[in-house]
Amino acid sequence: MKWDWSAVSGFLPQLWDGLLVTLQALVLGSLLSFTLGLVWTLLMRAPSRWVRWPVGVVTEFVRNTPLLVQLFFLFYVLPEWGLTFSALATGVFAIGLHYSTYTMQVYRAGIEAVPVGQWEAATALNLPRSRTWTAVILPQAIRRVVPALGNYVIAMLKDTPLLMVITVLEMLGRARLFSQQHFQFTEPLTVIGVAFILISYLASLLLRALERRLVR
Amino acid sequence: MSAETPLTKDPDTAPGAERTGGELIRLAGVTKRFGTNTVLDHLDFTVDAGKHVTLIGPSGSGKTTILRLLMTLTKPDEGVITVDGQTLFPAPDREVREVRKKIGMVFQQFNLFPNMSVLRNLTEAPVRVLGLSRDEAEQRARELLDLVGLADKCDARPAMLSGGQQQRVAIARALAMRPRVLLLDEVTSALDPELVAGVLDLLRDIARSTDITMLCVTHEMGFARDISDQVLMFDSGRVIESGSPEKIFSDPERERTREFLSAVL
Repeated sequence: MKWDWSAVSGFLPQLWDGLLVTLQALVLGSLLSFTLGLVWTLLMRAPSRWVRWPVGVVTEFVRNTPLLVQLFFLFYVLPEWGLTFSALATGVFAIGLHYSTYTMQVYRAGIEAVPVGQWEAATALNLPRSRTWTAVILPQAIRRVVPALGNYVIAMLKDTPLLMVITVLEMLGRARLFSQQHFQFTEPLTVIGVAFILISYLASLLLRALERRLVR
Repeated sequence: MSAETPLTKDPDTAPGAERTGGELIRLAGVTKRFGTNTVLDHLDFTVDAGKHVTLIGPSGSGKTTILRLLMTLTKPDEGVITVDGQTLFPAPDREVREVRKKIGMVFQQFNLFPNMSVLRNLTEAPVRVLGLSRDEAEQRARELLDLVGLADKCDARPAMLSGGQQQRVAIARALAMRPRVLLLDEVTSALDPELVAGVLDLLRDIARSTDITMLCVTHEMGFARDISDQVLMFDSGRVIESGSPEKIFSDPERERTREFLSAVL
């Protein structure tokens, strides 16, 4: 087996296209999972069990079924119900939804870690419930959970190649396409491996910078 | 009580003309249980406006629970609580919010908001709850920080302050809401010994210069003797003796009070 640098340079334009798709899926998927996860957490604290119970069942179901199955389901079954989205939109939604069932647990832990005295001080000052959440509890809770959320960003990155199965041409999809056209597997697969490591590393640097800004 | 109420006594009005004298707080038949443990047992007592009342007694005797009931941090199992003629319990949430505006509390663990500057700690509730403009709230906050001797700490985060400084900020934060009642829950218990005096001096000053009714749970008997109009001795969820500080500290009637005082003094 010989390493062929011309295959590397030939793959680069396609790598670039794939990289942009991977990053889109990662950023949008992360934002969706952070938002939805917070929504689930707050709904799980609702006073009525008619809210808590369905949210608990749905999130438990999503967390305990494979993302791959969810991708197929969303991509092939939803159109039968008349709901058609682009492959990338479907992929972002699937990843965001799947990981929101993990981030909700992170948020819950963060909220429970805020000392009860903070709630009591807010009550003593007569702050409205909504203001207590937005000004007192969530800022303290989210600050605590940034590192844990960061771990899920890395996990999501490593799950983006699954989108290949629903025709999204992210990095692995591009590498496979190139390989099939040129019968060269080593170079494109190695290149995307390096690209994944670089993205993880950059993402972890970003998260650490964010952490430092928040944890003061 | 309006948002514009000044903090200190107006020297032109006769002392006790309106604020002092009348009954401000009433607990009637208040019972509180935690599981099988009865912390307060059909408790009745009243506090007149402007008075400074100290609750003493062994730990677990229900003193702190009374403050927590008045702050609506916990609910009684039975009984009625009224403040300034309005019902605090049992009452719907909307009314509770109204009555609660009259009450402020300072906690043993300070409970400042660590994610906000000292100034924001003092302005947050006056802006959101009393409807003050940001400028008015900041002016009030700066006056109060000046009063507690921390005018230079406006922009600091609570974590950068000593315990004594944090507690003084917490007192200022409570006063920024212009409460008629101030509940002080063992406010010096978490402080290093050398920081206690500063906080107690500040509270003495507030007791002297304002009309605020104070309910105070403390183990600082010297402080209790200084500021109190009335001392209530608690044991097992009941008031077993009450009277002026001179009476309670020098010549208690009950043997239990005598035992307790000799243990703490």
